[in-house]
Amino acid sequence: MLRSRKELDAELDGAARAWLDEALAEAAHAATEDVTAEASPYASPPWELRYAAAGRHCGPAHADSVRSLLLIEARAPLSSVTRLYEQGTAAERRAVLLTLHRLALDSTALPLVEDALRANDTRLVAAAVGPYAAAHLDPHAWRHAVLKCLFTGVPLTAVARLDERARGDAELARMLSDFAAERTAAGRDVPADLRTALTLTEIAPAAPTEES
Amino acid sequence: MRIFDPHIHMTSRTTDDYQAMYDAGVRALVEPSFWLGQPRTSPASFFDYFDALLGWEPFRASQYGIAHHCTLALNPKEANDPRCTPVLDALPRYLVKDSVVAVGEIGYDSMTPAEDHALAAQLQLAADHGLPALVHTPHRDKLAGLHRTIDVIRESNLPPEFVLLDHLNETTVKAATDSGCWAGFSIYPDTKMDEDRMVTILRNHGTEKILVNSAADWGKSDPLKTRKVADAMLKAGCPEDDVDQVLWRNPVAFYGQSGRLHLDTPAPDALHEGNSILRGGE
Ligand SMILES: [Zn+2]
Repeated sequence: MLRSRKELDAELDGAARAWLDEALAEAAHAATEDVTAEASPYASPPWELRYAAAGRHCGPAHADSVRSLLLIEARAPLSSVTRLYEQGTAAERRAVLLTLHRLALDSTALPLVEDALRANDTRLVAAAVGPYAAAHLDPHAWRHAVLKCLFTGVPLTAVARLDERARGDAELARMLSDFAAERTAAGRDVPADLRTALTLTEIAPAAPTEES
Repeated sequence: MRIFDPHIHMTSRTTDDYQAMYDAGVRALVEPSFWLGQPRTSPASFFDYFDALLGWEPFRASQYGIAHHCTLALNPKEANDPRCTPVLDALPRYLVKDSVVAVGEIGYDSMTPAEDHALAAQLQLAADHGLPALVHTPHRDKLAGLHRTIDVIRESNLPPEFVLLDHLNETTVKAATDSGCWAGFSIYPDTKMDEDRMVTILRNHGTEKILVNSAADWGKSDPLKTRKVADAMLKAGCPEDDVDQVLWRNPVAFYGQSGRLHLDTPAPDALHEGNSILRGGE
């Protein structure tokens, strides 16, 4: 779970708190700056270097939260978010994915979610199906994301607004049933999560419905 | 028995290797970036490779209960290719990543001026980032190459205890240990170094600041050579504590200088059924 600034302040020691204060100040400064020409294609603003080092200064358990706070504080635009994702380790990419819905990006960052959903790294898949995907993925891509979770063992609790989006989705129901049949034919267990999702699709859609 | 392989190219290995390594006692490894066998023609293909060493490969390792760290650099061979040298400019943004525990493999291949430049520049990058350096000694003209390597290290801002000289043998071990650097030995099938010769070297030089690795890659190599050295040491009557020092504590001490080693190895992931790697991809 991502922690708030207040919760982090309570959990971090003095040195880590001081580091976080400075990092957030740098990020806030970047938010007010006009980031145009860069010296080199490889140069990064200082807060982005802080983004990489967050785990070492605030502890691996807090890295997601700290990185997320930095993105929010910097009001990271699409260019920064894309660079941090594309140039990031798996952990850095995960923090981007977990924060997308809290940045003013509308649907422009969808290519990052789509990239993560192509990955076989389950940590990325799990982070990709959060609130941002729930709000912006089209029905086809969203259904495939759910199926991918079942395929790769990502628990469906990771899928934001699952009940809402699955409700009355006959196409998802068909895909889930086909997948279950394939598993059964292969003599393998059908994941318990699949049954749960299938049950959700059987609930009549809330009226009036509009596919978003 | 706990084993740390301080030099192995897992990108070239299968999941069966990961399983066999875990069964043999390997709980941690360092994967240095190196030459892929096929020349790369642009910095972008290095970046994809670095990203794999920071993303996909640690994920694969974690599923087999093995902690994965890496070392990043422009390797000596490709330092000679002007299409690849811009990698040097991009390294700073990679060297700040959490699981990067050294700059490497750097060093000499054919001892050219371009290699001189890349080695000196990357030793400086290591010093700037508080990282150790993994320095490969050349396969051809090894002793002369080692002397030249040590000279460049002396002139650099990186202290010798931050340097691991690798691929050593009987003819180079003395000069390497005299330099104050750590000494690495790659144990191969058939050629270069084998486990019994390694035991003899340990007998003569002691176990301090000596590391043993499999250097397994896409060539003829054996990812279980670390375990085979441990077994040969025990068979030759070395105390278990010496085995633990060479195969675990020494690599931990060397790479630990980065402050970035995380060895609380995750148990093999709860993902078995339906796991896309174990099933060979989607
Ligand atoms: Zn190597």
